[in-house]
Amino acid sequence: MIITLTVNGRRTELDLDPRTTLLDALRHHLALTGTKKGCDHGQCGACTLLVNGRRINSCLALAASHDGDEITTIEGLGKPEAMSDLQAAFVQHDGYQCGYCTPGQIMSAEAMLAEVAEGWPSYVTRALDDDPTLTDEEMAERMSGNLCRCSAYPRIRQAIGAVRDARASRTEAAE
Amino acid sequence: MDGQPQSKDFSVKFTMDEAQPRVLDRMAQGLLGTAMDRPEGRMKVTGTAPYAAEYRREGLVHGMLVRSTITRGRVTGIDTEKVQSMDGVIAVMTGGPLVRNPAQGTAHEAPAQSLPEVFYVGQPVALVVAESFEQARHAAQALTVTYDRADGADVDPATASDTETPEDDVLSQGDIDTAMKEAAFAVDTRYTTPPHSSAAMEPHASVASWTDGRLELHGSYQMLRHNVAELADALGVDEADVRIHSPYVGGGFGAKLGIAPEAVAAAHAARELGRPVSVVLTRPQVFEMTMRRSETTQRLRLGSDAEGRLTALGHEDWVSNLPGEAFAEPTAQGTHFLYGGDNRYFAQTLARVHRPCAGSVRAPGEAVGMIALECAMDELAEATGIDPIDLRLRNLPETHPENGLPYSERGLGDCLRDGAAKFGWDTRKPAGTRLEGDWWVGMGVASAVRVNALMNSTARVTLNPDGTALCETDMTDIGTGSYAILTQIVGEMLGLDASQIEVRLGDSDLPKSSGSGGSWGAQSCGSAVFLAAQGIRKALAEKLGVAADDLTLKDGTVTSGNVQHGFADLIDSPLTCEGTLNPGDTADAFSIAGYGAHFAEVGVHRDTGEVRVRRMLGVFSIGRVLNEKTASSQCHGGMIWGIGSALTEEIMHDPSDGRIVNHNLAEYHLPVSLDVPDLDVVLLEDTRDDEANPIQAKGIGELGIAGAAGAIGNAIYNACGVRVRDFPATPDKIFPHLPETD
Repeated sequence: MIITLTVNGRRTELDLDPRTTLLDALRHHLALTGTKKGCDHGQCGACTLLVNGRRINSCLALAASHDGDEITTIEGLGKPEAMSDLQAAFVQHDGYQCGYCTPGQIMSAEAMLAEVAEGWPSYVTRALDDDPTLTDEEMAERMSGNLCRCSAYPRIRQAIGAVRDARASRTEAAE
Repeated sequence: MDGQPQSKDFSVKFTMDEAQPRVLDRMAQGLLGTAMDRPEGRMKVTGTAPYAAEYRREGLVHGMLVRSTITRGRVTGIDTEKVQSMDGVIAVMTGGPLVRNPAQGTAHEAPAQSLPEVFYVGQPVALVVAESFEQARHAAQALTVTYDRADGADVDPATASDTETPEDDVLSQGDIDTAMKEAAFAVDTRYTTPPHSSAAMEPHASVASWTDGRLELHGSYQMLRHNVAELADALGVDEADVRIHSPYVGGGFGAKLGIAPEAVAAAHAARELGRPVSVVLTRPQVFEMTMRRSETTQRLRLGSDAEGRLTALGHEDWVSNLPGEAFAEPTAQGTHFLYGGDNRYFAQTLARVHRPCAGSVRAPGEAVGMIALECAMDELAEATGIDPIDLRLRNLPETHPENGLPYSERGLGDCLRDGAAKFGWDTRKPAGTRLEGDWWVGMGVASAVRVNALMNSTARVTLNPDGTALCETDMTDIGTGSYAILTQIVGEMLGLDASQIEVRLGDSDLPKSSGSGGSWGAQSCGSAVFLAAQGIRKALAEKLGVAADDLTLKDGTVTSGNVQHGFADLIDSPLTCEGTLNPGDTADAFSIAGYGAHFAEVGVHRDTGEVRVRRMLGVFSIGRVLNEKTASSQCHGGMIWGIGSALTEEIMHDPSDGRIVNHNLAEYHLPVSLDVPDLDVVLLEDTRDDEANPIQAKGIGELGIAGAAGAIGNAIYNACGVRVRDFPATPDKIFPHLPETD
């Protein structure tokens, strides 16, 4: 079947087996292997990417159900010679070890920061009607869908926290 | 400068027969030991680092393994006809070289090839190959396999009929029974730990292709020189006809030490079909077809005099594995030399069971043995009324308590004392007395120890006249930081900035290294790189007619006798040296190990028994620190594995057929971010182990897990007075025993 995806700003038409997941469409058909397959069951988060700006597990999504959608993958965030702020922070804070869950962690963090900015509460938020503050505990809860067996969790949170602070001070300076 | 190609070979072969001078401390670059970012980090965070399954080949087809659904018996038929007609299906393969389970670490020969015989649920019995992944998966699910079942196969180690207690492994020193009877204080206790899974985030994957009779396999493996031998043996070809690439490994933890079923299947199918074949394990297959850590039952006997000095120490254990496998979890490995006590007894019983293969999982031995030993020490501390840290300090022997060998650098006492001060150990309350809100709060401590081993390793370093350098070895980086630390060793020795150095790893055609595993990679391969760089320094010195010790190499310059040269002044063609390290006499003359101390503070919910780790400190003594950032990340990893094994991780086997019930990441509970507090790691400064190797560094990849779960178990006891002896410490094992509260 023919579907159209806009991946990292590029519109692509694909002729796919209807059983193809969004993850495998990227990895097998578009040579975008930055998005990783860790479990293929929606249990580990390695395949996290953005669909129309929201994070999803792409292994649980059929490509066909995303016909016409805007997809952002790790390749769309930055390049080795021009990393995004989150990517650079993961390097600086050693927020990874083997690197396999890392693209998923970074995509998840990118979407998570947006969710907090929009005031979404989490399981550990004290009051539902308050604007959540992104404490270490909030980050931990909101990133718990992304497993890291090397167990870089403390440094993943340090990296995200550094970006949270840098973005906040940039916003302040702009105001 | 003679303008001639390099004529003399300055390669260095070295055997570690005696303590070595601290050459690295005399270097000038100041790169080694720093918290340098990983050089490959930019690739990892942008998704451009290629992992095994991501190599595309023209005409690539996909293979999917099919698993046995019976425990024991024979495959009698495979209905290939039905799936051959499905879209895209190319072939169904069974028997032949397909392997029963992975090779054990360093096996250097093919693992068991047993088909049509089946030994456990989940064993690979066939490979379906199709044009696309989706077609292969569908056909594999549709394949009908018929079996002749053998009834009554043992799946429970507790009742298995086939058990072995090797006499060679029994150590009986003095008279432990009498010593226990006469002890002022005695603890005779049993602990159990469940099977664990490595659960690396990258599933095992291999992409195989043959060109002119030579196999090229992109795989995810830790020890390429052994993997080449294992794969060649499985396929019946010469080692020279096998090349394995493994530049990025998405986590290993022992699961990728030995060649695994998917590599043999991909290589076999590619050879048969004349096309490149990719085989990637599904997550359930990773649980079933690769290594698990054996469950253990452990009996600890500790007897002491009135002052808490050990007079008796016994550690017996019961583990399991498949028939024919040589590996037995070395449960009591650390216990032999950690604490004293004249009367000692050790024995191990291995049960043969039809469960998935048992093998090395991060820190085989200490990861589970130290849980039981360190909790038993806590029980003895409680019995004697002596502070747990003081009790440990009183029992550090002068020399190895069984063979009398001296210890090399052993910072355990400092780790315990420094950690206690930093953690606020003096604020610890008696067990079951600190209730804060709904939570019982307590602290626990445990020693960390991990044996240290050196392995043969060769590396090649090339210095170019333009001041760039290349370092080549078949070493792997499984997240440990090999790329970083080898860059730093080259930079330190040759006076180069990290940006001028390329480290090429993970190609079996490169000089053969120790590989990654057993915490020996950094020190073994790092020493080989150090030796190669020493050869280059010697060659440069000879050009100048001085001794290598008289050279100062810094920022791309060579200084000797107040005269500064550029590399181009000294060489006009690349200068290449190999360094080869062999373990030697120091390994037999000293007891060499990494040491540390874990401190944990937990909360235990007073109604539910839920345990949350509130803070954790690890203090480690590991000889020279090669990279402060990657070394402490390794410690974080180990400590968090400790949280997993203390609280949540457990492979569950179906008692009727031995299969793994929870073969996925939703039901096998790894720690997630919210389970992990901000951890504190301290690496003791300026430590060097001169007897370990010429770079004075020891392994750090496994030390962090050894004892960590024990500290948590002891903190649970201190919090609420409940002693958990059956790990993991899930709420059901705690809440029935909690003290009454208002």
